[in-house]
Amino acid sequence: MLDDPKVSKILVEVRDLKMHFPIHAGVLKKRVGEVKAVDGISFDIYEGETLGLVGESGCGKSTVGRAILRLYDITEGSVKIDGIEIGHTPQPDLRTMRPTMQMVFQDPQASLNPRMSVSAIIGEPLDEHTKMSKTEKRAKVMDLMDQVGLNRDFANRYPHEFSGGQRQRIGIARALALNPKFIVCDEPIAALDVSIQAQVVNLLEDLQGEHGLTYLFISHDLSMVRHIADRVAVMYLGRVVELASREQLYAAPKHPYTQALLSAVPEPDPWIEDKIERVILQGDVPSPANPPKGCNFCTRCPQVMEICKTDEPPTFEIAPGHVTACHLYSATNTESVS
Amino acid sequence: MADGAAPVLNVRDLTTVFKTRSGAVHAVNSVSFSLKPGELLGIVGESGSGKSVTMMSLIGLIPAPPAIVSGEAVEFGGLDLLTATDDELRRIRGARIGFVFQDPMTSLNPVFTIGHQIMEPLRKHMGMTKPEARARAQALLELVGIPDAERRLKDYPHQFSGGMRQRVMIAIALACDPEVLIADEPTTALDVTIQAQILELMHELRAKLGMAVIWITHDLGVIAGIADRVLVMYGGQIVEHADVRDLFKQPRHPYTRALLQTVPRVRGERAERLEVIEGQPPILHAAPSSCSFAARCPFSFERCLRENPARFEVGPGHDAACFYDFDAGGPRHVG
Repeated sequence: MLDDPKVSKILVEVRDLKMHFPIHAGVLKKRVGEVKAVDGISFDIYEGETLGLVGESGCGKSTVGRAILRLYDITEGSVKIDGIEIGHTPQPDLRTMRPTMQMVFQDPQASLNPRMSVSAIIGEPLDEHTKMSKTEKRAKVMDLMDQVGLNRDFANRYPHEFSGGQRQRIGIARALALNPKFIVCDEPIAALDVSIQAQVVNLLEDLQGEHGLTYLFISHDLSMVRHIADRVAVMYLGRVVELASREQLYAAPKHPYTQALLSAVPEPDPWIEDKIERVILQGDVPSPANPPKGCNFCTRCPQVMEICKTDEPPTFEIAPGHVTACHLYSATNTESVS
Repeated sequence: MADGAAPVLNVRDLTTVFKTRSGAVHAVNSVSFSLKPGELLGIVGESGSGKSVTMMSLIGLIPAPPAIVSGEAVEFGGLDLLTATDDELRRIRGARIGFVFQDPMTSLNPVFTIGHQIMEPLRKHMGMTKPEARARAQALLELVGIPDAERRLKDYPHQFSGGMRQRVMIAIALACDPEVLIADEPTTALDVTIQAQILELMHELRAKLGMAVIWITHDLGVIAGIADRVLVMYGGQIVEHADVRDLFKQPRHPYTRALLQTVPRVRGERAERLEVIEGQPPILHAAPSSCSFAARCPFSFERCLRENPARFEVGPGHDAACFYDFDAGGPRHVG
């Protein structure tokens, strides 16, 4: 999709990914419906790049991250990481793939075992996946702590003795332990204070440079995604509505949802704030258990047309590397292949 | 904003200390500010900076013990809230001072209908009869933009979305025509498009009702769009105070400057590298005897470690608690 010489090889390929969660009700726990958390999305992530995945709560962005790493058994679709199809591989067989793909979680409080010391937490992947000796492991853990900016002297302390930002560094060190190629960062800075966010984001950027890492950076923070991502995918109610390079997406968003989303972000500048013409969306996001017919955004879209209420919009490639799923572009564009 | 008008709320030298088993925590240290009629005063700070505790302390919502709230005075409507009786405070809270909290799910009672909860302050504080209160409750829901208000009065909190619940909270806070509305991170738990709806609603309500508002947030963007005046808090103290435009144009405290530089933006130039504020915010186990930002401050010098700076006037209606003088480019020459 994107003809960028820096990034040529596709590391992660997602095609028509669906993740539906069953809803059970009644005494017999009969299946009465399903939450279509992710409902048919496709994208590629190139080696060495950061793909930002943005959207509001409940849009399915975290589910995408977890489904790609096969923390769930996906409903439909294919996921290829480093050329290997893992979409429907049984869980035990995935173990050999795990070192390649890792995750940094949102809440460093909940994702670190409070009864394990920092060195035990960072060293656990090494215990599981390598045959290192004790001294080798110790050396590797120390090296990882240096890389993420944690003081070596704190190796035997427990997570509660650290601040939020430091805990997130522990989580990052753990994700790095097995020299992964691909890391899913699921809202890694959402729980942190503004002054600490920049520290963690800069660390992620440095590590990417040093190790040639590929990130899927999931976030609701559009300004931080603009900073860290090379390309950005915008999700709404289980679908990707727009995907483009960072410059294209922020300078000229095409999908009405992306336009509204970007206009809603407050600007820390009173003069600009005065001038912003906001698209204020009416109402709330519909339930993914009962999405509207046609385009998922048709209930709130300021430019809704008749066709939007009946037909699901196909994905159009409106510029090289810039795709959007919206009927507004059907007249001037042909349907995109991928 | 009526300049020179008598303030509706005047806080002088407010201090809150928590006595905990692992020692004292000085959460609020000698905070002084005033609120003018009809203005929106923004309070910015990170978690632990003391912004919420300040507001809770001044209207007696902090349980004491373990907290010790002291100060010169908190003047509101001819009363000193620090010496007011529980009964007097109860008559003020929810009536003359309304509150909106961050999480509308936990601040609404799940077992009562929305109607019941809006009518409660009306019946308690304004002595309305049930039909009167119901009519007013419906009008309030319409005011905050909840469609089909009459029917929705009978709904329970879980039947509303996050944004709608926050509208309900605002309706309850406004029920008795308060002189002051205190909103503590009211949009933090909301999505950005819903936040935009609530901010829009706030602009409308202020234009219609004209109450004074204290808006607590960590988001400089929200402040830029909504506030008239801003207090920046750090380490339990007010480190800078200015009109919103002065603050963003000429921040005079190193913390404010760093904060403005560290946040990435959606519009305009994109920085290749984020500016970082090194280190951690302080936990104050004793009353500050030095500048609490000194350890993270690129401008700090010897005096900052020795003495806690007072708030120096740096311009009309603009003060900063810092020994560094940005206009002169060197240490401030003051007593």
